[in-house]
Amino acid sequence: MFNSIAQLIDMANSENKSISEIMMEQEMRVSKRSYLEVYQDMERNLDVMQNAVDEGSGGVASKTGLTGHDAVKMKEYIESGKGLSGDMNLLAIAYAVSTNEVNAAMGKICATPTAGSAGVVPGVLFALNEQRDLTKEDMVRFLFVSGAFGFVVANNASISGAAGGCQAEVGSASAMAAASLVEAAGGTPEQSGHAFAIALKNMLGLVCDPVAGLVEVPCVKRNAAGASNALTAADMALAGIESRIPADEVVEAMYKIGLTMPSALRETGRGGLAATPTGNRLMQEIFGEE
Amino acid sequence: MKYKSVFDIIGPVMVGPSSSHTAGAARIGLLGRKLFGHTPDHVDIHLYGSFKDTYQGHGTDVALIGGLLGFDTDDSRIIKAKEYADEQNLHVNFMLHEEERSHPNTAVVDLVKGDDRLKLEGISIGGGKIELVSINDYEINISGNYHSLLVFHEDTFGTIARVTTVLGNNEINVSQMNVSRKEKGDIALMTIELDEEISESVIQEVEQIDGVERVIEMADD
Repeated sequence: MFNSIAQLIDMANSENKSISEIMMEQEMRVSKRSYLEVYQDMERNLDVMQNAVDEGSGGVASKTGLTGHDAVKMKEYIESGKGLSGDMNLLAIAYAVSTNEVNAAMGKICATPTAGSAGVVPGVLFALNEQRDLTKEDMVRFLFVSGAFGFVVANNASISGAAGGCQAEVGSASAMAAASLVEAAGGTPEQSGHAFAIALKNMLGLVCDPVAGLVEVPCVKRNAAGASNALTAADMALAGIESRIPADEVVEAMYKIGLTMPSALRETGRGGLAATPTGNRLMQEIFGEE
Repeated sequence: MKYKSVFDIIGPVMVGPSSSHTAGAARIGLLGRKLFGHTPDHVDIHLYGSFKDTYQGHGTDVALIGGLLGFDTDDSRIIKAKEYADEQNLHVNFMLHEEERSHPNTAVVDLVKGDDRLKLEGISIGGGKIELVSINDYEINISGNYHSLLVFHEDTFGTIARVTTVLGNNEINVSQMNVSRKEKGDIALMTIELDEEISESVIQEVEQIDGVERVIEMADD
């Protein structure tokens, strides 16, 4: 089993395989299942992601009304042709928001790596699919690359907002998505590693401060930011830009920042945006208490 | 390593909004139900840390109840779990605690049906992954991903040897094992993680061993 990103990249290079292949083979060994079984399980997760994107794009709202219908606005804006950034970025934002609006409405999603950050990876994946017309196998492989990098983060740091803040959730998701984008675009395993490191570095220190403790504000919009950041990092890595700090050291830094983060900023709904006058007022309106 | 599968990262498929506070909570409830063996009449649920602070917004309460009723993480009935609990005469009581535990997402679930009682402490470590911290106040640490046997036994010499002999005779390999007890000479708990599945007949054989009080099997889902 690989336990670091350096090891993952070494394995890919020495065995002359892609990161997705290394991850699939490890999964087959660990779960003692066939290629087909492992592949089909991931394909089912992909289908759940597709359904969530479709559902959100059609317009959903949460029970509290704090979030909803922004994916529709984004889609209309894209169609207007007035967007400032390119269509890939705008679509990634729309699909990330779609997924997290469905999540906030207690709809069905696939955690990647968590539910609160479930929009980032599918956001960029379905955007890339519209621009590059991927095969279903390409899309399944994309998820295995994300899984491989997330696996290292989960085992060496944390993917829990309560333990490590939002950097551990949207930060991890954004870095995973950046690494996948690179492989899907034909980059090398090293470039995936640099994209991962650049994306995670840009998210370090991000706190988890949900208003009223709900996975709505600011979570939905942070998924949009995570998706855009993944595209930024992937493009930089594909351009040949390298992270000065190795990916594994960025993961360690993220872990240590999480340890020193006060609990008010780790998914308790007691600090940051949750503790603003508006955050407090919304909480009172929803739950009738401070 | 805590996370062993790629599907711990890309997954689970679940009802929103939080993998740790909704899906993980459902899995703690499900594990409680599985270890208890049936639907309880009454359950006291103690919430700590982030679970305590944000359970309403995350649906942690309905997810725990849903799990106790046997609903998996992707079962939309979780949303209305309180109504299903009423239908099945399952009474659930939530208690919030300020005390800090080892992990911010901790739930202690105390299940009762008649004279039968089981108390377990679960933590939700992120991405829907959970760990069992204690059963009936005996410390344990198993992921729930492997075949494990929990053997409650008298804290006397020879019991451990008799249990491992039965496993050895049946060609079952132990991957990890630990024993915990509250007081010397009291009831102790052996936690045995196994490389392979264990048959019903072997479990019965372990139950027959002198000094063994209760055996709980934890199988892979």
